[in-house]
Amino acid sequence: MLHQLATFKLDDRLYGVDVARVQEALKIQAHTPVPHAPRTVAGLVNLRGQVVLMVDLRARLGREPYGPDDEPMMMVVNIDGEPISLLVDAVGDVLELDPDTFGPPPPTLEESLQELVTGVYSMEDELLLSLDVDLAAQV
Amino acid sequence: MDAMDEIVREFVVESYENLDQLDQDLVALESDAGSRALLSSVFRTIHTIKGTSGFLAFSNLESLTHVGENLLAELRDGKREMTQLTADVLLKMVDAVRDLLGSIESTGTEGTIDTAPVVAELQAVLDDPTGGAGATPAPKADAEDEAPADAEEALSEAMGALHVSDEDDEDDEELPAEEAAAEPAAESTKTIKPKIGKRPADAPAPAPATAAAPAESKPGKVEETAVRSAAEQSIRVDVDVLDALMRHVGELVLARNAMTNLAADMDDPVLVRASQRLSLIATELQQGVMKTRMQPIDHVWNKVPRMVRDISSALGRKVRLDMVGKDTELDRGVLEAIKDPLTHLIRNAIDHGIETPETRTKVGKPEQGVLTLKAYHQGGQVVIEITDDGKGIDPEVIASKAVEKNLKTAAQIEAMSPQDILQLLFLPGFSTAEKVTNVSGRGVGMDVVKTKIDGIGGVVDVQSTPGTGTTWRLRIPLTLAIMPALTVESASETFAIPQVNLLELLAIDDKLTGIDHVGDAPVYRLRGHLLPLVDLRDVLGREKRESLEGAVIAVLQADGGRFGLLVDKVRNTEEIVAKPIAAAIKTIGLYAGATLLGDGSVTLILDIPAVARRALELTETQIEGHDETAGRGDTEQMLVVSVGDGRQLAMPLGAVTRLERLPATVLETVGGASVMQYRDRITPVVDLAQMLGAGAAFREELAFVVCTRGDRTVALIANEVVDIVDSSAEERSEVSGYGLLGSIVVKDKVTELLDLEAAVTAADASFYEVDDTVFNESQVAELIGAGKGA
Repeated sequence: MLHQLATFKLDDRLYGVDVARVQEALKIQAHTPVPHAPRTVAGLVNLRGQVVLMVDLRARLGREPYGPDDEPMMMVVNIDGEPISLLVDAVGDVLELDPDTFGPPPPTLEESLQELVTGVYSMEDELLLSLDVDLAAQV
Repeated sequence: MDAMDEIVREFVVESYENLDQLDQDLVALESDAGSRALLSSVFRTIHTIKGTSGFLAFSNLESLTHVGENLLAELRDGKREMTQLTADVLLKMVDAVRDLLGSIESTGTEGTIDTAPVVAELQAVLDDPTGGAGATPAPKADAEDEAPADAEEALSEAMGALHVSDEDDEDDEELPAEEAAAEPAAESTKTIKPKIGKRPADAPAPAPATAAAPAESKPGKVEETAVRSAAEQSIRVDVDVLDALMRHVGELVLARNAMTNLAADMDDPVLVRASQRLSLIATELQQGVMKTRMQPIDHVWNKVPRMVRDISSALGRKVRLDMVGKDTELDRGVLEAIKDPLTHLIRNAIDHGIETPETRTKVGKPEQGVLTLKAYHQGGQVVIEITDDGKGIDPEVIASKAVEKNLKTAAQIEAMSPQDILQLLFLPGFSTAEKVTNVSGRGVGMDVVKTKIDGIGGVVDVQSTPGTGTTWRLRIPLTLAIMPALTVESASETFAIPQVNLLELLAIDDKLTGIDHVGDAPVYRLRGHLLPLVDLRDVLGREKRESLEGAVIAVLQADGGRFGLLVDKVRNTEEIVAKPIAAAIKTIGLYAGATLLGDGSVTLILDIPAVARRALELTETQIEGHDETAGRGDTEQMLVVSVGDGRQLAMPLGAVTRLERLPATVLETVGGASVMQYRDRITPVVDLAQMLGAGAAFREELAFVVCTRGDRTVALIANEVVDIVDSSAEERSEVSGYGLLGSIVVKDKVTELLDLEAAVTAADASFYEVDDTVFNESQVAELIGAGKGA
């Protein structure tokens, strides 16, 4: 049984989440900032009549949040039946991965990532960090 | 067993409603013996009760209504004429049914009520040929709408029945057959019973509603319409359908808003007209749906007496339940949402509030405790209070437990008022801790209550006096779905303010008229009252505003107080639909929700009470050295003025109408008393320094504190207005002299509390003798004037 992961890039690293949890990927849209919200909250966006929380995944992974000039992508994932939009640098392909290539996250991984990364798939030329999507969407 | 109880209860409630209708119908029948519509209505009511009572195994009720139904069937089908005797016996039957229902309601059984005599009387009438069709033939030629009472009529009746039974599925086939034959066969009754029983709520209502419909096509049209009463005009609707309808209306309103926006931009008269029409229809539809969803709170409350009885007997308490405001209406969504919190609070009040009878006797209270539920509308909200006269909650116990649980530090507790300490009960950590429950006896799951009430945009707070009782107060919105709101801009961002909180809007002119600073805090002099101002930019943590020019003050009402919110610009008033927001945003505690505006953008809805609280915190930190122990609950805003000799005086801000700075030359003397001409009037003046023996320090410009009551005005002279502070009653020392009530510490400086009454009467001895009605009228006049101006 191959693992299917929807991949995306963030700061030149390849990440993946369970493809079944991904609803859609879109270009970033006009959104409303939320004063006093945690820095991981990028704002609220209107997704076909639904008010959806936008999580700045860069900030969530302990990096500098996106600035106004950045043009990240929105990866809409399903959390407890509700859509949440994760901001990522670029959305990649859906990859089918051999579970045998899956291993625990290396202990050298930055602390900010340790919490969210469930494990690593070693591919031919790079590593794919598998993210816990529920934790990632938590602000 | 519970499900059964529920069915029985619904049956009783249902039947009571129907019986009231039955009483009216029977009385009306006496004066209008031939009315087919009335007879049909009566018949169906009895038929329904019979069916359900059979299903629920109330055999007396069933046999009683069975005979009654037979008699009514003959009347309805014109086989027999209504007579005095018939009416009498039918009314007797209704009374007997009522008695039986009463017994079922209170004991769950039919009790010992003997229905045999009434059944015998009914049977006697039924068997008596003189009362039957033979003696006074039914198809009397002169009976206005009786003429076609033949086969055709019977058929139409049958059709009517068919209509009626739509909702009762397969009943269709059986009911008309039964009714057309006017001979309810025992078997067919049996087969339909369970169906009716399964849906006791649905069965009776649709029947009378459609009953009149087929009859209307008959000659007696006018009469039939006239007798359609309220009960006959109501139907029952599945709540899911209503919910869906409400959601759709919400979306419609949003789409309407978008459309209106577009139309305004396109400048096309045809489009504008179409959008206006759409707007009108959407509004009407929305109001209609809203109305449909309103229900009296009694729908939730009617379960309470039983609950109270059960809990109090289980706990060995004696409790009397008082319920005030049963008719208070609110949206059924809201009703649903408050069910659990209410249950919780009631359980809590009996369990932990009301003492055992022995304890109560010991402390000199009546053995029986009183639990009061109260509901009323206030300012577009519904207030529900749950009050017990039990032992109350001791803040000290709460405080020590909070420290023990590491929820608060001792220093934090020190700085809190008893009222604030009580609010700790709503902290999650508090409720889950079993130990706290045992000791303090309060707080189980209060965080759950708070979460639920917060979830519907409501507020819950608690007030308690140890020894005398506790009141939990819920303030909840009338409806959840659609609300009118004002959209405003602050630092280029748009926010929505619910109209409920909005009193008026004030534009700030370029001269900044009316804006003043008391200490560091900006205030606005609004028709003689000082309105504390809060900048929305500060609340939201956005960059400071460079100039007040062009800004707008939204005068808002929250938690009983008023304040002015400074915004950059007012955009629009819009109907908005509150959409749920992520928990992470809710916990910020500033937003009630989010909505979509006409242009599709997401806009945050400000939670005005929360903004007010946050603003208060801002002001507290701004005023350096502000007395942190001042709690919000019992504090009073005090105006602090200086009067020379380095003395400071404080007086209740509420009593002050205006603050003025005027040159000392305005003072004149008339007959040894100081006066000034102020607003075209001679106003008596008292120099506070002189009055307190501080020696009048004359300066060129003086601060005047103006107090107005009715048509009387008095001005008090001080050197400077220093500050406005919050002060709580406890911290006042009793040191006092003439014209003083004691003293408080403001900014490390001892400040004397002015006896304002003494000061004012020193200037105008009869100041307080003004008739209160005059006072009120002038205030009203002022308000009306203000309303026109705004």
